[in-house]
Order: sequence, then structure tokens, then C-alpha cells
Amino acid sequence: MKSQSKDILQKYGVVSILIILFIFFSIKSPTFLSVGNIFNILRQTSVTGIIALGMTIVMLTGGIDLSSGAVVGISSIVCSYFMVNTGMNYVVAIIISILTGCLVGIINGFLITYIKIPPLIATLGTQTAIRGICFIVTNGYTIYGFPTKFSKIGQGYIGKIPMPVIIMVITLAIGWYVINKTKFGRYLYAIGGNSEASRLSGINVNLRHMMAYAISGGLAAMAGVIELSRLSSGQPSAGVGYEMTAITAVVLGGISVSGGQGKFSGVIFGILIMGILSSGLVMLNVSTYYQQLIKGLVLLFAVSVDQILKLNLLSRNNRIRS
Amino acid sequence: MQDNVLVIKDIVKTYGGTTALKNVQLTVKRGTVHALLGENGAGKSTLIKTLAGAIQPDSGTIEYDGKVYNGLDPKQALELGIGVVYQEFSLIPYLTVADNVFLGNEPVKGITLNSKEYYAKTKEVFNMLGIYIDPKAQVKDLSVAYQQMVEIAKTVSKKVKLLILDEPTAALSDSEVAALFGLIRRLKSQGVSIIYISHRMEELDEIADEVTILRDGEYVDTLQVASCTKEMLITKMVGRELGKHFPSGHFRTDKVVLRVKDLKNKYIKNVSFELHEGEILGFGGLVGAGRTEVARAIFGADYSTGEIEIMGRPVQINCPRDAIRSGIAFITENRKTEGLIMTQNIRENITISSLKKMVLGRLGINRKYEVKVAQEYADKLKTKCAGIEYLVSSLSGGNQQKVVLAKWLLTESKIIIFDEPTRGIDIGVKQEIYQIIKNLAKEGIAIIMISSEMPELIGISDRILVMNSGKIAGEFNAECCSQQQILEIALPEKIS
Repeated sequence: MKSQSKDILQKYGVVSILIILFIFFSIKSPTFLSVGNIFNILRQTSVTGIIALGMTIVMLTGGIDLSSGAVVGISSIVCSYFMVNTGMNYVVAIIISILTGCLVGIINGFLITYIKIPPLIATLGTQTAIRGICFIVTNGYTIYGFPTKFSKIGQGYIGKIPMPVIIMVITLAIGWYVINKTKFGRYLYAIGGNSEASRLSGINVNLRHMMAYAISGGLAAMAGVIELSRLSSGQPSAGVGYEMTAITAVVLGGISVSGGQGKFSGVIFGILIMGILSSGLVMLNVSTYYQQLIKGLVLLFAVSVDQILKLNLLSRNNRIRS
Repeated sequence: MQDNVLVIKDIVKTYGGTTALKNVQLTVKRGTVHALLGENGAGKSTLIKTLAGAIQPDSGTIEYDGKVYNGLDPKQALELGIGVVYQEFSLIPYLTVADNVFLGNEPVKGITLNSKEYYAKTKEVFNMLGIYIDPKAQVKDLSVAYQQMVEIAKTVSKKVKLLILDEPTAALSDSEVAALFGLIRRLKSQGVSIIYISHRMEELDEIADEVTILRDGEYVDTLQVASCTKEMLITKMVGRELGKHFPSGHFRTDKVVLRVKDLKNKYIKNVSFELHEGEILGFGGLVGAGRTEVARAIFGADYSTGEIEIMGRPVQINCPRDAIRSGIAFITENRKTEGLIMTQNIRENITISSLKKMVLGRLGINRKYEVKVAQEYADKLKTKCAGIEYLVSSLSGGNQQKVVLAKWLLTESKIIIFDEPTRGIDIGVKQEIYQIIKNLAKEGIAIIMISSEMPELIGISDRILVMNSGKIAGEFNAECCSQQQILEIALPEKIS
């Protein structure tokens, strides 16, 4: 069987879900289809979209990064703290926040590769600890008063297209290239497929793991900067639960929870589905409680599909062998 | 008069368009060992699964103990006393031996486990089988051979009348095989009938009474083992004459490619040897004697101390990456877990260690060039596949081995370590692998070959080092040594 057949099945699946949602919300809400609203959806998607890229990289290796949402928080706090409290140039502040995200990723990677903590637990630990730091630094208060130029990142437009959308598209395009066309990308799949065989094939597995988590942290921090600029306020609780939205998008897109399989192109559809779903639900005035329920169910649905496909794949392989 | 415990008639099983079994028959006499012979894909596994109740045949009958069935389900098979020991063990590593033997069948006292009875019962089963393993040991600490015995004990403890062993000796060394055969004979004397599947023809004489041969899902013949020769069996299995067994030729030069001095870690003790250009150096010994560990130490897969010189220059090898850079390749004994990435396709598996060469001065991988190179190497080794974009898991064992080999040929290694290169590979492809190894030697590549199959070890190597308890215990010229001589050195003193 061709290795692509599962991907194709999943991709068509994810595309049809996207179309169904699109049609459903268009019928339910007349303003849904307007250009303005589409861009609005995309802008809201950009933060979790960028996180989802990092999540894809980590999940391809067979890991997971639960700290992404907390990194959005710490990055917002770091960036706003330096801009407001020290009057630092906003570009430098942004760079420092992104590096902070990378650092968190490196800590995750270190815990996972060298201390051998399962990714789920390691990143759950850093998530909790980092969220704590956010509250300690701010004492729970919100930070205001950023340079106007900084606000452009989250609120500005180039032509009719919102800045965050442009940033997301460029980031995802680079991500697509890295995952599909470079050695690093190939190694991610190899490590997720069989870590020991990868090591014995000469891949520096530990280094690649560290890189994957560092990239995931850096991207989450970048998303945090966009979020900060869009909201114009540094909140210690920024980004709570974003990792779940990102994980759902990634799994919907067909990346296997056990790593090593799936296409990033599918993830892009997954990101769009999550974006349409959340803004659609808001437009239909669905209460946030129900939104949460629905998002949880979507995640479980996506993982179930992944597992069922895997079972089918296994039994088919058995047949070939026997 | 001997009666038949099992009579299978005209079993047909198809999957989609392919026929796995075509009118297969098999008759097993009570209290005998009946060997089942055939290449991979001959239908042996499907037949076993039918007996175990894992699959239902499309048509045909299974007559067991005088009753006729059209198919069995797993529970039924178990109740009838049909037990299967598969190649892959189903033991739980962190539980004790006794826990494993009685898994799902635990003796209880009220709601708690009756641990006394537990160990006593296990001891009882072990005594009956003549196995001496501590029931309280954790399974993970046992060698493969002992794990196998635990697996058999587990099956036998369910009062089996027909025991099916699927390639039980694939992972065992010769002395362990002898112990296993002792076990089989004891079961036989207790009236258990056994279906024995193996690739190793040498074993049949020793253990089996009758043999049934399958080829491409069809029944070929049933013979008395005593009255047939190995050549006859091979011909029937393969359907063609195989000619000479091992390719000949010696290509050893005086140039030393690899010099290992005082290599040691917790598995091996002061291992020193030299490997020449074009030489095939065999490593013999029992499983667990430290052969694989020497290979892993040289390859940097395990920590070790000692000196390694390549082409006269000392090298520091701390990880497989270093070893690969120094021109060493390691074809591991476990293809699926250490050699291949089963979720990736053939192309990706071939180029994984050489991606640097696929970049060609660009940022990303040059796909066209990669496809070209991968195809070239797959073809060079005559890999049978529908295309290099197919998953490597869709290939047969022999062809998977070729993919592993292609990966290492692409890295332009000067030293190739083969660890059990033909394990689980059909006899036809085995020949090809032997030829490939010889050809590599002819090209000047230095080869280390670890093998537990004595004929293969003697037939292919130029020189043989025999290991025992982590040390090199002896050296032979392969042209003038016998299996007996090697075994004498390989067997641990006093323990047997």
C-alpha cells in the first residue's frame, strides 16, 4: 500500500468537515460569508495557527507540548514588562520574548531527552510553573501602555489583509517547507516513526528533540506577541487553553498522536476548522460553556479517527504478511 | 495403532484478491512432532492462525480429536487444548515468571492472589517440563531462550493437547536449541502432539517425525523425516534446485581496516581483534555471549572504553553518528525495531543516513535526485517491491533486509557489521544475501558477520572468532573447522 493512502483519506475527511462547517455557518448567519468576516476569522486563527505549527513539529517526533498556552502568557508578560517598565525598544522586547519561549522549549526538551520524563508530564509541569511565573511577575495585574508601532503587529493591515494573517501565512509557509523539504523535517518523521532505528541510522535524536521543542516554544512566544499586540494589554492569563485548540487542529489535520505520520498540509485545514468553529459558535451566540464542550468533543473525535485508521492500517499490513 | 489428533482438509482462505491458502491439508498423528516447512508467504502463519481460531477459513474442514469443525474461534481453540507459541512473545516484562505463566488464570484466595499456590504451581509446571527458572524472577531479566521457555510453560499450563511452535529457535543459539528440544521431547512423551515450524532444516532430523511442506499457499507433500534428505526438502519447498549452498571465494588482503583493542563495557571484557580489507570475519558463540554487544560498542550504540583504529588512525566513537562518519555500518538483528522506520516508505528508509548528500547545495532535499539514488540502490540489490514509494512494512523480511543494506551501501561504508543477517528470511533470499555479502567483500569492504547458524557462519566467513561470556575465547580458520570445535569453545564451562 502506498504510504500516502492514509493521508489522502484523512485529508479528504478534513476538507469535507471544513466545507460542511462553512456551509452550515453561512446558512445560519448571513454575515458569515463577508470578506471582512473571513479575514476576521483568519486573524483570530493566526495565534493558534502559529502554535499549531510548533505543535505539529513536536507531535511528529511522537511528543506533545502542553506548555504552549503558558508560553503565550509568559511571552506577553515578558514583552510588555520590558516595553512598559524599562522603556525598551519594542523590537528588542519582541526578540527577548521569543527567546524566552525558545528557552522554555529547551527546558522541555532537556527534561524529555535527558531526564526522560514523558512529554505529557514534562510539559504539563513547565506549563504550570510558567503560568505561576506570569502571575508572580505581574502580581496578577494587567500591564498597559505600549508604543503605537507595536500595536500595528496585531491590529494593523497591509491593504485589506490584517497583519497577523500575513505573519501566519508566512510562518506556515516556512513551516511547510521545513517539514516537507528539509533534512530536519525528514528526521522529525523518522524519530517519530522509530527513535532507536533513527539513532542507529546516525540521527542525533536528542538534538532534534531539543530543536523541536525549542521551535515550538519560540513559535508559541511569537503567537504571544501577536496576541499581546492585538489585545493591547499584557495579561498573566493570556493563552490559557490555546495548546488544546492547537493539538485539536494538528490531530484533525491527520498528524498521528503517536508520531511519525501525517502531512502538514492537513494541519492547515485543521487550523481553519478550529478557527471557523470558534468564530461561528460565537456568531451563533453559543455560550462559552457549550463552546468548551464542543471543542473537547472535536478533539476526542479527531483522535478517535486517528486510532481507527491506525487499526485498519495494522490489520491490512497483517494481511499482506500472512 | 496411532490415531490422528488433527486432520485438516481442503482449507481455503482468501484475502481480497489474494489466496493465502489453497486446499491445504495437514494430518498430525497423536503424540508426534510434525514439522511445517515453507518459505515466508507459503501460508504457514495463516494455517496456524486458522488453528488458533484467529481467522476463519472460507471452506474446508478441521477434524480435531474425532470431531469435525468448519472453523474455530479463539476461545474454542483454547478449550480444545490447542495452544500456539508465536514468534513474538506475549510476556509482560515487569511481571514475574509466575505472574506471566498464570496471567488471566491466577490462583486466588478470596479476592487476593494466592501467592503461595502461585509459585508452587509454577514450580510444578516447570518441574514437569524440566525447566529451571526462578518463578520469582522478572521476565525482563531473562534471556530470550528462557523467555521462550516461560512462553511455552504458559501455554502448556493450559493443558494443551496440540502445541504449535512458530519458529521457536529463530532467536536461540545451538545449546539453547538443545534445551528446547529436550523440552519438546518431554512434552511428546507426555502425549502432547506438536506442530513445529522452522526455517532451519538441520533441526528436523533431530526433532520431527513427519514433515508437511507448503509452497505459495498450496500443499506440496508430507514425508517421513527419517526418509528424506535436506536437498529433497529444499527442492520441494522452493520448487527448484538450489545448487551450491554458499558462494565461495576469499578476498582478504593484508591491509588492516579496523583494529579493536581492549574494548570493554559491562557486557564485554577486553575484546581485541583485527579486521582486514575484503575479509569476512565471523563471530560465533551463544546468544548472550557478547557478540551483539561488541558490535554495538564498536558502532557507538552502547558506552564502552578501549581503542579503535580505522585505517591505522585512532578514532573516537561516542555515538552511532561518529561510527557512520568513520565508515562503519551496522545491520542490526532486529530489523523492525532497530533497522527500519516502518511508518516510512522504502525511499525514505534508504536515504535516511545520507540526507546530507541529497541536499546538493540547496536548502532542502533534492527530491528528484533522492528518488533516483534510492531507486538505483534498491535495484542494485534486486529489492522486490511495487515501487520505492510504498511503505517498507509492505515488504517481506528478506526485502526489508535489502532496504537496510541499501541504506548502508549509500553511506559508502568501508566496514559493515551484519548481526544475524538472515534471521527470519526465506531460503531463496538467504542465498541472495550470502551472495551480496561475498560481493561486498570482493569490492574490498571489510565485513563482520555475527551468526547463530553454524553452517552459515562456517560457510560464509574467512575467519571465525568465537565468543564466550563476553570474551573472545577462540579463533578458527573457517576452511578447516567443524561445528563441534566451535561449540566446544562456545559452551560455558561447568554450566550446562
